Amino acid sequence: MISKDYMITSPQGIHARPATTLIRLTKNFNSTISLKKNDKLVRLNSMLNILSLVIKGGETISIIIEGDDEIIAAEAIDLFFTQQLKEI
Amino acid sequence: MKKAQPALTGILLEDEVSIAAEIERFDDAISKAINEIEFIKQNTRLNLHKQGLEILETQIEFLSDPQIREDVVEKISSDKKNSNDALIEIITDMVTIFENMDDGYMRARSADIQDIGNRILKHLSIADHTFTQQFDPDTIIIAEDISPSDAITMDKHVTGFATQAGSKTSHAAIIARAKGIPAVAGCGNGLDAINNNDIVILDGINGLVFVNPDQQLIADYMQKREAYIENGNRLKQLKEVEPITIDGTKITLLANISTADDMEGVFDNGGEGVGLLRTELLFMNRDSFPTEDEQFEFYKNIALLSKNKPVIVRTIDIGGDKQLPYFNLPEEQNPFLGYRAIRICLDRTDLFITQLKAILRAAVLGDLKIMLPMISNVQEVRDAKNILALAKDELLKENASFKPDIELGIMIEIPSAAITADILAKEVDFFSIGTNDLCQYTLAVDRMNEKITHLYDPFNPGVLRLINYVIEQAHKQKIPVGMCGEMAADPLATLLLLGMGLTDFSMGAVAIPVIKNIIINNDLSTARHICKEVMTMDNSHSIIKYLQEFIS
Repeated sequence: MISKDYMITSPQGIHARPATTLIRLTKNFNSTISLKKNDKLVRLNSMLNILSLVIKGGETISIIIEGDDEIIAAEAIDLFFTQQLKEI
Repeated sequence: MKKAQPALTGILLEDEVSIAAEIERFDDAISKAINEIEFIKQNTRLNLHKQGLEILETQIEFLSDPQIREDVVEKISSDKKNSNDALIEIITDMVTIFENMDDGYMRARSADIQDIGNRILKHLSIADHTFTQQFDPDTIIIAEDISPSDAITMDKHVTGFATQAGSKTSHAAIIARAKGIPAVAGCGNGLDAINNNDIVILDGINGLVFVNPDQQLIADYMQKREAYIENGNRLKQLKEVEPITIDGTKITLLANISTADDMEGVFDNGGEGVGLLRTELLFMNRDSFPTEDEQFEFYKNIALLSKNKPVIVRTIDIGGDKQLPYFNLPEEQNPFLGYRAIRICLDRTDLFITQLKAILRAAVLGDLKIMLPMISNVQEVRDAKNILALAKDELLKENASFKPDIELGIMIEIPSAAITADILAKEVDFFSIGTNDLCQYTLAVDRMNEKITHLYDPFNPGVLRLINYVIEQAHKQKIPVGMCGEMAADPLATLLLLGMGLTDFSMGAVAIPVIKNIIINNDLSTARHICKEVMTMDNSHSIIKYLQEFIS
């Protein structure tokens, strides 16, 4: 299992557009990928679940990845939160 | 215009077989709904903006949301509800949850959820809920609400819409902005008074709807509309154009700002970042100095909006004409020559460290740089660097995340700094020339004194020589040099400054298109020639007259 914290670097936080990108990204992997904010944990496959956490810019969330391809999944997720999110 | 609302049927399923069939029917409706959006995507690709496409992508993800399916399947199998009823109940619950959220953006998403719910329902039944109606030219739609998909597929004759519900962050409103048609959302019941064939003025800028206006108002708005379109076209054309001279030199145009709210205007006017973030507002209108966390919030909000473009943060520039009620600065004979800006910071290191720590922390979220104002000698730069090192040490001890290799630059606005630019350039990452103070100090002219305003003259050869020297020395030391004073926004000075070798111009955002227009229509060799000529002239009157010939 891999777990890592990220600060959200996009001003509007995880709104519909970045959530779409994130969901599509996680579909490339077998691992179960979840997002945790303040003890609330959701799978990264549901728009509604992600949006209902109301993740805003500047907040910190954790990503938890578990599965046979968790290492490459973690790399892709890392790239998303450290680079791509700013540009979305 | 009212659309039929889907209704509950109350029909219950009989056995396992019909439950399985009902789930299959639901899955089938979802794939049909997704196919429909794919179809809209393909067919509107050519005349759909990026935002519209992205909203459709988002809708596809909403439709394939496993949570919605799970909840609906649960209702079908446990409560024996038919898929129509199960879906209506689930969607209604979700819409209610989102409608009650504190966050305005998330509240606006309730319309998206309703929209995708309706889309699935449409494929579960035979009824058609979307309007694909044809309209007469210049139609304004007045509706209870408009779904994102309606907005996307809206007939080209629709010139605007007003809705009772919704907000400016609804996807329908976003699409309206992308399409460039005016829309006013959230009008409330007042819209009931409007009838078919009424004449309506829709003022999307101010959020106003006029019903059957008089001739005068119509004429006024016709004029406003024309001016708006003309200005918009000009800005739009220039916004996407890169500020490159005819012979291929890239110039960087930045904006001077004071708050996070100013960021939108920076990018709307084609700015590529912030050349001067004034931090004075942070200290004004309050009773005590802002804490590190309060300051962090301020810089953070700007960093988050900066699209990772550079933002140059000027440290405290109080004193002089900018006083603080809670900071008892003694009355001075010559406040502009007194205890101000970096001089206060190097004396009250506690205040300075607090600000530096807040900036260092926020720099993780954007490309922030630090700029020191009012530098008059190299020792001040070295002292400030030591304090910056202390600020980093403190953050390390606190285990806070920050940007350790933040760039540090200085303002060149005191003549001694300009004349020793060769020395200072070795100590810092960049220069920014502040022409307002540089002019005032070089010419010994108080800008506020009405009797001598004619002496305040940025085209005085003395001022121009200083600026030229600073740019030259920055190039020699290979550090970037910008300008953030009023001269950077003066069309008369643009070619001259280009000729001197200035590459970064920072100004009030609205001036950017004007300066850009000059840059893209001239070449550097001409600018160099102009600069050479100007440098041989002995008075500002001839210089100004000469420069005017080139910008008519």
